[in-house]
Amino acid sequence: MAKGVKPRVKVPKTAAAGDMITIKTLISHKMESGQRKDKDGNKIPRSIINRFTCEFNGQSVIDVTIEPAISTNPYFKFDAVVPETGEFKFTWYDDDGSVYETAKNIAVG
Amino acid sequence: MGLTRRNMMLAGTSAFAVATFCGIPVLASAVDEHIADFTGGADAVAGAIVLDAPEIAENGNTVPITVSAPGASSIMILAAGNPVPAVATFNFGPMSAARSGSTRIRLAKTQDVIAVAKMEDGSFQTTQATVKVTIGGCGG
Amino acid sequence: MTVTKLISASALVLIGGLAQAGESDTLSVEGQAMTTRVAAQAHTPNLDEVFSGWVFRTDETQALQMDDFENPGFVFVDKGIDLYAKVDGSEGKSCASCHENVEDFAGLRASMPRVVDGDVVSMENMVNDCRIERMGADAWKWSSADMTAITALIGLQSRGMPVNVKFDGDAAAQWQKGKELYYTRVGQLDMSCSNCHEDNYGNMIRADHLSQGQTNGFPTYRLKNAKLNSIHGRFKGCMKNIRATPYKEGGEEFQALELYLASRGNGLTVETPSVRN
Repeated sequence: MAKGVKPRVKVPKTAAAGDMITIKTLISHKMESGQRKDKDGNKIPRSIINRFTCEFNGQSVIDVTIEPAISTNPYFKFDAVVPETGEFKFTWYDDDGSVYETAKNIAVG
Repeated sequence: MGLTRRNMMLAGTSAFAVATFCGIPVLASAVDEHIADFTGGADAVAGAIVLDAPEIAENGNTVPITVSAPGASSIMILAAGNPVPAVATFNFGPMSAARSGSTRIRLAKTQDVIAVAKMEDGSFQTTQATVKVTIGGCGG
Repeated sequence: MTVTKLISASALVLIGGLAQAGESDTLSVEGQAMTTRVAAQAHTPNLDEVFSGWVFRTDETQALQMDDFENPGFVFVDKGIDLYAKVDGSEGKSCASCHENVEDFAGLRASMPRVVDGDVVSMENMVNDCRIERMGADAWKWSSADMTAITALIGLQSRGMPVNVKFDGDAAAQWQKGKELYYTRVGQLDMSCSNCHEDNYGNMIRADHLSQGQTNGFPTYRLKNAKLNSIHGRFKGCMKNIRATPYKEGGEEFQALELYLASRGNGLTVETPSVRN
């Protein structure tokens, strides 16, 4: 498990049925690209988050394939349509096999 | 058999056939290969796709970009001047709304950032933006 | 006469320099207005106006600081919140055991660093003091991830408050020391802090847009290394850039310099955690 990885997401707490909402996500991760060299001139191996997904009540909102050119502390902003009350689930997949998750509820009045 | 015109023409035709069979131009760049893989060789044209990127990046380590293509099922982003051009691919699911995404990317130097969208109807759109990346001053 | 000339030159340069900065030169964070430009006070005679580093950044970078989610520094503030509640050391305490509400630290960052019994006391000293004396824990390294996370959290409690550092009376001796350091040329490039940050703010140094080198936003999230940077960490980087052997983080020189620099920003509001290049 990469050290000190911490997710952060912003989802509105409420919405009207059928609304389009904006979701922002960030996760603290070094995103070692595999291009950098250490003091002895050896390449530091790649170690990044390679995939990010967001689902709402089990259905896909977005699925991002991530390459080393995404900056340290990967940030994604995107939209979702909210038909009903439910839960957004966010998942990040690390090269080293770790999976980081967090979830946020939204209430549709 | 010798270099008769007939033989040369036959040789030329088979070479051409091989190239066409592979579906890629003989002198493909990494960027072209990525695009061809994504589109299956189909043409990507200008359309409603928009790529927002700063004209000058304050720091190549963290460059904010936004890409949007109404009606797209996925959008691929490439950095033509990076050691590895692939940046990210946004795949939109059924709960996606506006078919757009924002993120922050690394650019090694001044270059074109390219976005290619696969539309729900199977067609492809593309656009690009040039971002100037400066090597820092005393900030290091 | 020379001083007047310098000031006019700086003013001219500044007009050109600011034109390159973001068009909206008023900063409002989460609805709270910040003071990013203020008249210089008597103790900074070579400046007419004092500017926050925010003013010199591009539109995109400025925008990152205007919203607490867009600001990547906040994921480290979150870590600070976790650390604040975490029990550490032989006494079985966390920061929260004594300091129940971190909000009670409002005002602290705005008046730091202080001078106590002739020594400069930085925020980092206070944190380590608590850790060693009251928590029975190990000191954190001056610019470590843990330390910058906590100083960002504590600094945030003063966000929007005017910097007001005391530099007279007991603090005068250290302040003078810092001032001397500020104007002394060092390194293979033979430059002083003032050469860039007083004589040439607003100008470009290669591709970098020079600021006045104010400290009101520290620890700051730098795009360059995608993490929070401490004041002494930045001093060290600056000295390396002019090919000088840097002074020690947490040492006498950097502490005196920190005091002097903080005083130059009196009147600006605390922006911790700021976003810079």
